[in-house]
Amino acid sequence: MPVELKPKKTTVAYYQGCSLEQMASEFDVSTRVVCDALGVELVEIPDWSCCGSTPAHSYDPLLSAALSGRNLAIAEQQGFDVVMTPCPGCLKALKGALKVFKDPNKREAFLEILQMPFQGNIQAVSNLQLYFETIGTEAIRNRVTKPLTSLSIVPYYGCLISRPPDFMQFDDPENPISMDRILEALGASVPEFPFKTECCGATYGVTRNEIVGKLTGRILDMANRVGAQAIAVSCPLCQQNLDLRQAQVNRYWRRDFHMPVLYISQFMGLAFGVEPESLGIDKLFVEADSLLDILSREGERDQSVGGKMA
Amino acid sequence: MERVHTLAIQATSDPRFIGEVERASGQQISHCYQCGNCSASCAYTYVYDYPANQIMRLVQLGQKDIVLTSKAIWLCAACQACTTRCPCNIDVAKVMESLRVLSRQEKKVSGRDIQLFYDEFLKLVKRFGRVFETGLLPLFGMKAKKPFTDMDLAPRVIRKGKLGLIPHKVKGRKHVEGIFERFEAYCSRREKDKG
Ligand code: SF4
Ligand code: SF4
Repeated sequence: MPVELKPKKTTVAYYQGCSLEQMASEFDVSTRVVCDALGVELVEIPDWSCCGSTPAHSYDPLLSAALSGRNLAIAEQQGFDVVMTPCPGCLKALKGALKVFKDPNKREAFLEILQMPFQGNIQAVSNLQLYFETIGTEAIRNRVTKPLTSLSIVPYYGCLISRPPDFMQFDDPENPISMDRILEALGASVPEFPFKTECCGATYGVTRNEIVGKLTGRILDMANRVGAQAIAVSCPLCQQNLDLRQAQVNRYWRRDFHMPVLYISQFMGLAFGVEPESLGIDKLFVEADSLLDILSREGERDQSVGGKMA
Repeated sequence: MERVHTLAIQATSDPRFIGEVERASGQQISHCYQCGNCSASCAYTYVYDYPANQIMRLVQLGQKDIVLTSKAIWLCAACQACTTRCPCNIDVAKVMESLRVLSRQEKKVSGRDIQLFYDEFLKLVKRFGRVFETGLLPLFGMKAKKPFTDMDLAPRVIRKGKLGLIPHKVKGRKHVEGIFERFEAYCSRREKDKG
């Protein structure tokens, strides 16, 4: 029986970052829907700006810190002590800003460039950290109305979600399990996936296409071998390489992969009974129709045998 | 990959280099004992001219030019696999990042197209406060004289309604621009203090 969530609401500042505003809009939409369903209120940081991403890091970590710091400072002014971002690249930048601020040799330069009041009394966390540590898999399980029982899904974490360990302070750097446990709570079977943290080729889709072709291809191939019907991700860049570029990968390897790659929040939403359109499933490049068919067939079967015990 | 340098360790050694890199990265390069874990963990070793462990060794040997002009430092994707697995707790990814910064400061960048991509990205941030990736692709293609990069993807991106034509301007974009300006001012002051 579905248990009502505790009425106490968690409120966190929300930093979606540039990718989620455009190419990864379905990650943003589904994250908001899922958090709402789990009783977490997300307050978008007003007038947020770009974190600077890899280009700012490679230019100078101080520039990266100041660009990200602007968003932390706004959130702090609004009275938040936690900011959540679903984008691992943004998370790295936000955490990097806090690290620079806490470094006595760099604080002065950081504040001089930032020109905003900032106390550093704010913490940056990922969506997974919020789901896994704050909300917990039990509460997620209790919210499921349409379990993904007939689906076999592998979680692909990518590089940054738990690495480097001292910096990210979340999950295991070699064998992360947070998404595994969430998928299991949704009812899916989760095969052992040895390539959980192998790099997908990152931003080299733009400058070195063939690198992404090679690296992403290995991940799709392994997912195929362990019998997955779909891949769950939690990074806009990983998703873009695995999904949008799957056609390029197929050309590179002369293969015919047809592997839907969904954000973890999209799987959560489906299991919570949210309509696929409200989760942006139609935005995927590799269509997920086959998965939706399996799920709706299962729904019908449940109904024909009287449904689950109410 | 073809090696462009012949090593003449003594003649080309700059003994101050290791200190420079240690300061910039905050890492003790001298602790590296060449176990090779970083290179074995790196998904890019197959495209590097010098694998990560050799970059570390070259830094120890003061081979500044070779390191700063290497392709490896610009092909590093900052994936953190090396850092996670270094038994000496060296943040190798941080070292690679610092080497990119130094190679830019010394005008020795080998991965010009990658640098160009990063520069175009930062220009958009400075101007609009946010970045529109899909707006960046054609721009990058034209500047790098590769106008057809990813053109096969464009129709699909448009079909999914994912191509934003007008970048969303941040109200505080003047403040973001100010961050860039104050950063540049800070850097030139730092340069002057050094020189
Ligand atoms: S893993 Fe660490 S100790 Fe081993 S070669 Fe790389 S940097 Fe050196
Ligand atoms: S951070 Fe760079 S050098 Fe280290 S493993 Fe990743 S790509 Fe290789």
